[in-house]
Amino acid sequence: MQSLSANIVALLPEYILTIAGILIMLFEPLLPSGSSRKPLGWLAVAGTVAAGLASWYQLGFGTLHAFYGTIQVDAFSVFFHLLIAAIVLVTLLSSLDYFEGNATHAGEYFALVLFGAVGMMFMTCSVELLMVFIGLEISSISTYIMAGFRKGKATGVEASIKYFLLGSFATAFFLYGIALAFGATGSTSITAISQALGSSTTPRLAFLSLAMILIGLGFKVSAAPFHVWTPDVYQGAPAPVVGMMSTAPKMAAFAVLLRITFSGFAGMEHRWSALIWVLAALSMTIGNLGALLQRDVKRLLAYSSIAHAGYLLVAFTAFPQDGIAAACFYAAAYSAMQVGAFTVITQLTGYDEHIRTLDDYAGLALKRPVLAAVFGFFLLSLIGIPFTGGFFGKFYVFTAALHSDRVWLAVIGLLNSGVACFYYLRVLGALYSRQPREDTDLATSPLTVPAAVALTFTAVATLLLGIAPGRIISLAQRSATAASAPATTITNASR
Amino acid sequence: MNLDHSILTIITFVPLAGAIVLALLPDRDRIQQWSALAVTLLTFLLTLHLPFNYTYGTQTGTFQFEQNASWIASPAIRYHVGVDGLSMWLVVLTGLLAPLGVLISWNAIDSRRRLFYTLFLLQQVAMFGVFVSLDLFLYYAYWELSLVPMALLIATFGRTEHRRRAAIKFFLYAFIPSALLLVAMIWLYARTGTFDMPQLAQLAVTHGISSNPTALWFASLAFLIAFAVKVPAFPLHGWLKDAVSEAPTAAVMVLAGKLGLYSILRFSFGIFPSQTHRIAPLMIALGAIGVVYGALLALVQKDLKRLAAFATLGHVSMVIFGMFALTISGIDGSIYQTLNEGIGGSALFMLLGLLYERYRTYDIRDYGGLAAKLPWIVTMFVITSLSTAGLPMLNGFVGEFLVLSGGMHSAISHHIGWTTFATTSVILTASYMLWMIQRVFYGELNFRTESVPAADLDTREHLALWPLVVLFLFMGVASPVFMKAIDTAGTQISHTVNQTGAKTVNFEAATTEGGQR
Repeated sequence: MQSLSANIVALLPEYILTIAGILIMLFEPLLPSGSSRKPLGWLAVAGTVAAGLASWYQLGFGTLHAFYGTIQVDAFSVFFHLLIAAIVLVTLLSSLDYFEGNATHAGEYFALVLFGAVGMMFMTCSVELLMVFIGLEISSISTYIMAGFRKGKATGVEASIKYFLLGSFATAFFLYGIALAFGATGSTSITAISQALGSSTTPRLAFLSLAMILIGLGFKVSAAPFHVWTPDVYQGAPAPVVGMMSTAPKMAAFAVLLRITFSGFAGMEHRWSALIWVLAALSMTIGNLGALLQRDVKRLLAYSSIAHAGYLLVAFTAFPQDGIAAACFYAAAYSAMQVGAFTVITQLTGYDEHIRTLDDYAGLALKRPVLAAVFGFFLLSLIGIPFTGGFFGKFYVFTAALHSDRVWLAVIGLLNSGVACFYYLRVLGALYSRQPREDTDLATSPLTVPAAVALTFTAVATLLLGIAPGRIISLAQRSATAASAPATTITNASR
Repeated sequence: MNLDHSILTIITFVPLAGAIVLALLPDRDRIQQWSALAVTLLTFLLTLHLPFNYTYGTQTGTFQFEQNASWIASPAIRYHVGVDGLSMWLVVLTGLLAPLGVLISWNAIDSRRRLFYTLFLLQQVAMFGVFVSLDLFLYYAYWELSLVPMALLIATFGRTEHRRRAAIKFFLYAFIPSALLLVAMIWLYARTGTFDMPQLAQLAVTHGISSNPTALWFASLAFLIAFAVKVPAFPLHGWLKDAVSEAPTAAVMVLAGKLGLYSILRFSFGIFPSQTHRIAPLMIALGAIGVVYGALLALVQKDLKRLAAFATLGHVSMVIFGMFALTISGIDGSIYQTLNEGIGGSALFMLLGLLYERYRTYDIRDYGGLAAKLPWIVTMFVITSLSTAGLPMLNGFVGEFLVLSGGMHSAISHHIGWTTFATTSVILTASYMLWMIQRVFYGELNFRTESVPAADLDTREHLALWPLVVLFLFMGVASPVFMKAIDTAGTQISHTVNQTGAKTVNFEAATTEGGQR
């Protein structure tokens, strides 16, 4: 399948998004200054929907190789494509009115979101580490800019610079890891690496390269101890951007990590699974303990996202089939509730983000019962209360881990979710049990239609992932088979 | 139409539908109250389907009104519900208490009624779900769900400014052990490939779950501790008094007791019979200590709600004591006593709530001399006290008698000593209840009770209390009506635990020799 049509079909979603992004850039100067940038937003929405449909269309092709084997479209990549498209869609819908009247440069924002999505999607379907690196850079640079999008605010600039400096440092680690992998195996293709590792004479070098890659990606997914940037960046970046950057790029990085570990370095599983065990335990514990003392809701959710990265890492310690399926499912569940929570925050706080701390959120249920109920639902899902996606995700991950006898990790993880419910409950308590402060105005921004659609979509997704997860599970299991099967047969053959 | 296969599902989901409807209805006039009452009454009528269509005296170990459908293919999770003698009356009791809870909250909850009744109905869903689920995953889902509405009810409608602290305490106390319960459950699944409770119970009898006795021990402890905290069993009762003193009446009626007690009998006893057999001496001691400890602390409380909290601790400890005696009468009695605690505790909390509505205080010293002004309330108080103290002809007597005689005939070491010790609580219970009545209703009228115009029970309050009073008497004289179903369950549980427990000693000796590499 090296024909031209394969090359077109394999990257169809990426093409669509790129074209939509370029069109937005072209139209932006044509609009009179000061006029609404919403039409550009709608164009971005349309592009995202089309890209999602294109990914769905790819699912029918089975496994598709393109561009000399550097791109592999399979159930695994489609799963993450769809996830990223859904996240971007929700982000766009929730930020359509966010910049209205506040920022003149909103058009660029919509283009950047799409370019970022291209990079993330590219990461998930590349099976060549250098291509992965290109995708990583495209997505990172877009998110660096988006993090500082409120350029009038000191915290916004701080967030952007911090994210950029530490991010490029981490990318360097990733690149160095790729170089070492090339040194150890003579190739940067994931398939070739897994074949070469079977007969490798330099396992130490290979292991070192994997460790470097792990550091780079650990930063991207904000796993402890590479998490220090997270709270500051999340606090300073605009709320809709945080919703996106705490989910989509992370999930893309997790997808890459899944492919690299379970497929590329499958032969060294006993080594890296110990490393990831430590990362997972640290992330869960540090994330949850850090969140305990936070009063700023965005910072609190930043620490909580560190903990959730830890839960997802637990899936890496399981058997390949179980682990990949569980990680995919958790990625979907976490994204739904996290993006949903940030959609609520976006609607509530508006562009100037005058509502920040727990005290500001006090009594929300009295002023805005619907918004509070939806926010409460996402918090319950983040705690891991049954009948929500958060619970089933956790359940699925720990089932996978216990299946490979990671009892202690499961105990650490689930005790951590006990610690976690303390700070989520503090937010819930503020929403429901306290009286609103007189000086905060909770009822400023009415709920717009696109935002309502975004909220309904995420809430329904979170609920369905909790009560009827069957279809997503079977999709996750299909993608697990796609991501793990070829590599394991290759390693078996080479032994 | 034959309801038998779907009745339990209907019972569980009618309150959920009701909760959704209530969330959409406006909160004015008395729309919320009337709708909540309608939903809960409908649910109660549906639960009555169970005892009238139950096949009594069937072979033990079978569930009735079963529904078993695949929910999620992999991991293998099924929607499996059903009741047996252990759970059937608990479902009915839950159904009965709900409309009474609505009636008693009618005026007591005067703001944010929509939130209150929605959460109240969600709590019903979770409780029904816990009692009918036969799939561990489904069960756990409802078990955890039951924490949320309760914690929110306490946090939002609590009495003082300490309500959020009490709610978080309640939630954390229950949630953290439940996390370990989840680990144990998933571990069981990893070993056996099933979450199905009857299958697991079957495997437990044949020692088919795991040949690793240490792991089984830890798993059984995870189960037992999670349940014991929820009960709460002495010494894990730290959350109880705060939650009780904060929670609104309708919530406190279902706060403690039956969920945890049922779960111990169903899951700890069912899946870990031999571990239960081994830990029984410890639990029987904790039960007996809890009975006396609760009663003694109730004796010295100055606050009515706290007194009721420690009274509750005493009563649920009596149930723990009875079930870990492992005799048939002990287990039968403990199931019966669980029902009694549900009814008696509710009556007590409702009466305290009524007093609070009138005088806005729970401090015993603020009361006095109300007997002449509130003849109905004092009558109800006395009947409730006599029932909890175990007066013959009333329900408490049947349960306590069975539990204590079960303790006497137990095969557990030191059972006679512990039973004697626990029996002293009968006197203590009568003492604190009657002393409380004396201080609240007799003696001199004080400033506060005099200043408030007397208002005895109105029609609504009569309607809320009479069903319970009638039940006190009915369950006292007509206990066979209930025992028919309970006894089959109790007998089976007792046999399983004793037989498997006896066999385990030999079995473990064999496996440890064989297992040593």
